[in-house]
Amino acid sequence: MKNSYFHPDDLRKFGNITEFQEEMGNKFFDWYGEVFKEGALTKKEKCLIALAVAHAISCPYCMDAYTNNSLAEGADETEMMEAIHVAAAIKGGATLVNSVMMMNQVKEKLM
Amino acid sequence: MSVKQKTKSLKARESVLSSPFFQLEVLSGQQVSDQIFQPFEVKTGSAIRPVTPEILQINIGKLCNQSCAHCHVDAGPDRKQENMSQETLEKLLDLIDAHPFTTIDITGGAPEMNPHFRWFVEACRTRKVQIINRCNLTIITSNRKYQDLPEFFAANKVHIVASLPYFSKTRTDNQRGEGVFDASIAGLKMLNTVGYGVENSALKLDLVYNPAGTFLPGDQLGLEKEFKDKLWRLHQVTFNKLLTITNLPISRFLDHLLSNGQYDSYMQTLIDAFNPATLDGLMCRNTISVSWDGYLYDCDFNQMLDLKVDSISNHIDHFDIATLMSRKIVTNQHCYGCTAGAGSSCGGEIVK
Repeated sequence: MKNSYFHPDDLRKFGNITEFQEEMGNKFFDWYGEVFKEGALTKKEKCLIALAVAHAISCPYCMDAYTNNSLAEGADETEMMEAIHVAAAIKGGATLVNSVMMMNQVKEKLM
Repeated sequence: MSVKQKTKSLKARESVLSSPFFQLEVLSGQQVSDQIFQPFEVKTGSAIRPVTPEILQINIGKLCNQSCAHCHVDAGPDRKQENMSQETLEKLLDLIDAHPFTTIDITGGAPEMNPHFRWFVEACRTRKVQIINRCNLTIITSNRKYQDLPEFFAANKVHIVASLPYFSKTRTDNQRGEGVFDASIAGLKMLNTVGYGVENSALKLDLVYNPAGTFLPGDQLGLEKEFKDKLWRLHQVTFNKLLTITNLPISRFLDHLLSNGQYDSYMQTLIDAFNPATLDGLMCRNTISVSWDGYLYDCDFNQMLDLKVDSISNHIDHFDIATLMSRKIVTNQHCYGCTAGAGSSCGGEIVK
């Protein structure tokens, strides 16, 4: 084992996941390719969503890949940062909206 | 409108990279890289062969009013020596008359700065060929003597292929020099005014997009929509097609990669994206590239690396089409740039 968990070079090896389970791996990559094709959403829009999700789930490989892909599809710096703000706002909101439960409980328990 | 120079030419800086020999040493992995990348000719498996040349691409000179950070020509205001003479241009007209070229693709530098440019364009006009001029846009407003270029282009039905790396000022100016974006928009508006790039006009205005950094261009059609939308909404500018071109690791872009420690990762990106489907459509197969001093090359990039055609017919003074047709295209590691992803050529991406 290498002496740290994440290696930038490992991103290039993503395709190798088929080595241990070929059929499922191939199905995943076929589906993945289909998802990122131009559809009702443009490739750029999909890249920006992926970039935001990458940050929300703290996946460094995904952040690396979708920073590159967003640039390639023509996204500018402001669009990329706004997408991440959307992810951050939802994560922040998700934390805060649970406080309603805390408040309910507090109100129930306090005299 | 004035633009500030982004950099100086490698030649003016007396950089070792101004030597094509040194650039080839870098590309062969003998100077800077710990990694040995698979040779391009091993990757392709067989030699690339030419087809009948349709495009005569003429690099009319290295003189330019800009010094862009990525320029593969190492062009700039200091490159006054390397400019094509009228005598050489006259020989090229004889070549055009004797061969079935369909397109004369004039590039530079800023081609318009060659003193014989207008004469040559008018001479081509009397022949049945399409004329392409690769225009940097800022030349139009750089000096009063160039301000009538849009009318000149229109009168001679020149197809304009203009450089614009991005639709924002910051990214454009970071690559091409402060003031370039504003001057480019002014140039585009002047071209639109005389009918270039507008609906139902025969005057074609295409834009060339190359990434303003170390990433590959994305989907050409998607980027074209993005450019059209942004340029119209923000600047009321229109154009016909967007052509995406990959930055090749030579000259000033190679200097940028080496200076920023990104050479290995960029080469790896190009190699990982190698797409064999691009090989048939490579521009080197149907193009003959001519340098300011009349030598022949498979493409403008090979020209800058001084990799002449692999043929005894390697100068316009002994141009022989049959001999040239039997040659192999000269390739090296920079060719990975044209085969990455959807491919790259002077006409944009190669495979859809």
